[in-house]
Amino acid sequence: MSVAAKAPLTRRVARWLDKRLGAADFARSALNKVFPDQWSFMLGELALYCFLILIVTGVYLTFFFHPSPTQVIYQGSYAPMRGVRVSEAYQSALDISFDVRAGLVMRQIHHWAALLFNAAIVVHLARVFFTGAFRRPREINWMIGVTLLILAVFNGFAGYSLLDDQLSGTGLRIAYSIALSIPVVGTWITSLLFGGEFPGADIIQRLYVIHILLLPALITVLLSAHLFLVVRHKHTQFAGPGREEFNVVGERMWPTYASKALGLFFLTAAVVCFLGGLVQINPIWVFGPFNPAEVSAASQPDWYMGWLDGALRIMPGWEIRAFGFEIPNPFFPGVLLATVTFVLLYLWPFLEARVTRDFAEHHIADRPRQRPVRTALGAATLSFYSVLFFGAASDVIASQFGLSVNAVLWTFRIAVFVLPPIVATFTYRLCKELCERDGVPIDSPVRFRDIGPRLLRRRESVV
Amino acid sequence: MPDVPRDARAGAETAAAVCFGLSTLAAIALAVVYWRGGNTQAEGGLLAVVTGGIGVGIIVWAKEAMPQDEVTEERPSVASSEEEVEAFAADFEAGKEELGRRRLLFGLAASAFAAFGAALLFPIRSLGPRPGKGLKTTPYANAPIRVVTEEGKPVTPSDLSVDGVITVWPEGYVDAPDAPTLLIHYREDQDFRPRPGRDDWTVDDIVAYSKLCTHVGCPVGLYQASSGLLLCPCHQSTFAALDGAQPIFGPAARALPQLPLGLNDHGELIARGDFSGPVGPGFWDRDR
Repeated sequence: MSVAAKAPLTRRVARWLDKRLGAADFARSALNKVFPDQWSFMLGELALYCFLILIVTGVYLTFFFHPSPTQVIYQGSYAPMRGVRVSEAYQSALDISFDVRAGLVMRQIHHWAALLFNAAIVVHLARVFFTGAFRRPREINWMIGVTLLILAVFNGFAGYSLLDDQLSGTGLRIAYSIALSIPVVGTWITSLLFGGEFPGADIIQRLYVIHILLLPALITVLLSAHLFLVVRHKHTQFAGPGREEFNVVGERMWPTYASKALGLFFLTAAVVCFLGGLVQINPIWVFGPFNPAEVSAASQPDWYMGWLDGALRIMPGWEIRAFGFEIPNPFFPGVLLATVTFVLLYLWPFLEARVTRDFAEHHIADRPRQRPVRTALGAATLSFYSVLFFGAASDVIASQFGLSVNAVLWTFRIAVFVLPPIVATFTYRLCKELCERDGVPIDSPVRFRDIGPRLLRRRESVV
Repeated sequence: MPDVPRDARAGAETAAAVCFGLSTLAAIALAVVYWRGGNTQAEGGLLAVVTGGIGVGIIVWAKEAMPQDEVTEERPSVASSEEEVEAFAADFEAGKEELGRRRLLFGLAASAFAAFGAALLFPIRSLGPRPGKGLKTTPYANAPIRVVTEEGKPVTPSDLSVDGVITVWPEGYVDAPDAPTLLIHYREDQDFRPRPGRDDWTVDDIVAYSKLCTHVGCPVGLYQASSGLLLCPCHQSTFAALDGAQPIFGPAARALPQLPLGLNDHGELIARGDFSGPVGPGFWDRDR
């Protein structure tokens, strides 16, 4: 076919569609949409691509997985487990791993993609935080993003808890106990969710519906809203020649930027496929089926739950008791800390605006060094959660290095309070020195000691 | 459009072509591997080559051989003009006024919606039973009852060597998730201190505790005989088995409930009652 014969085809299709959709104008502006090109702006894309991979591999897995607690005798092809009493859920997970051709690679790609999904979201969130890309007009999109993180964490946990192996059963039991610790409603919540006392007859079936329907549907809706708002606001950009608050400088979407994005999708796929094929993950046949009376040492959750598990470990053995009622110990690290974490994340754009008295629209991304207070607080927060995260490995650290478990735990208990201020001070100084070296001004002259009074005082009363 | 140098462009196009070719070959190989029975490592590796080839190919092509012109687009303020907001508010309020004129009707409609919403909540109740005494009792409430191993065999004191630990259940309830119990045979020379009122809860230096950690319910699986300490592998709560299983380290805030042991006429270990308290993790009205 000649080139001349090809061109009318494009036009014919375009005309046919336009007569029905009237979208030519819109589609053209989409092709010409400008994206600022910067490596850190691709982190959110990574998360999106992981989600697509999760859906494809996840749908495949649903064709083979049976979310049932019914006990059966395993007769599949994994010899060491033959004759063992297992649940149908566990059995079908073993079948996917050993008897379904391409089942194991799909399962492992799914799991790796979930780990990467959460990681990409967290790193993307950090990028948005440190560049101030949550300021007006993006506060709502920031809150949608935080919600997506929460949903992704919950869905990851729900996913690996389905398999009914020893490790995930232990994780589920811990989740049950954390929910149980909520004052007044905890016993009701757990009874309704699990269909009775742990382990409950219905939990796997329910988690399955939550994992493959409820949460993915919610994520899809919010993700669409998230992307819509990115288009609506147009992407932030770093300052530079010709780059101002009320323009956006970059590549057109078609064809270069779209090609790069497609390429990034395939590279993301390549990474998770490589990991899924060659790096074993969640070998449930090693853990064995769930037995409520057993647990193995070195039970660590998936990485994005690590900070919570670490918090559970580091928490001293305190709880509140009065008049025959109590607030059990796991409530503080498991419920209170998580709530405070996410409430602060949701509120951050508003808290910062209140302190900086800056309610204006911003489209130029901050350089972290020029916002030393925010950068220092962010780094300190990351160090706090990092300590918690490594705290979840306290038993592994103790046994690997031949240390006493108590000494390791005490180290974490101290570090979780001592490290963040050190990191904050260091980061603050570093930012200032970097600014001096570069000869750039510090954008916001807010000092740490201003934060408290400015948070408490209303805008008007400040001169 | 600033043109990409010819040589670089040709080189990039060759590199991209090689990538796409490699990807196609790997896809064929993948089909063969699958056809021949499959192999997880080969499948994952080949999938990575297939997707990686496409990804690298496209990106090399896009970076080196596609237009790189930087364009500037206007970015009008997100906010609408004052007049637009005003017009919206006016239209909305006009409608609201219409509704407001029928106050009673509006109020009744609102209460119908609220009642409907509340009624919709009721089916949630079907999801699970009312949390009742179940959390506070175990099958040991049917005492006296023999304690048995996982295989259902009764236990006599001589089944436990000194410093030995085994997990037992109430007879007929080896599946009960709230009933796993640790039998610990401490040494005669160890300083075992029974809690007040529990002097006769042990049999021949054997003491029984709930195996469920009072922190978040993990099985307390590790017994360090020399120090008489029980350690939970999940979050490292440590209990003094010789001192009423009081927590001495870690996040647990309560002792492991103790089981009153006895012997039946055949010399087998029995439970003479339920645990000294609710087992496992805490909840708000545990002590009520």
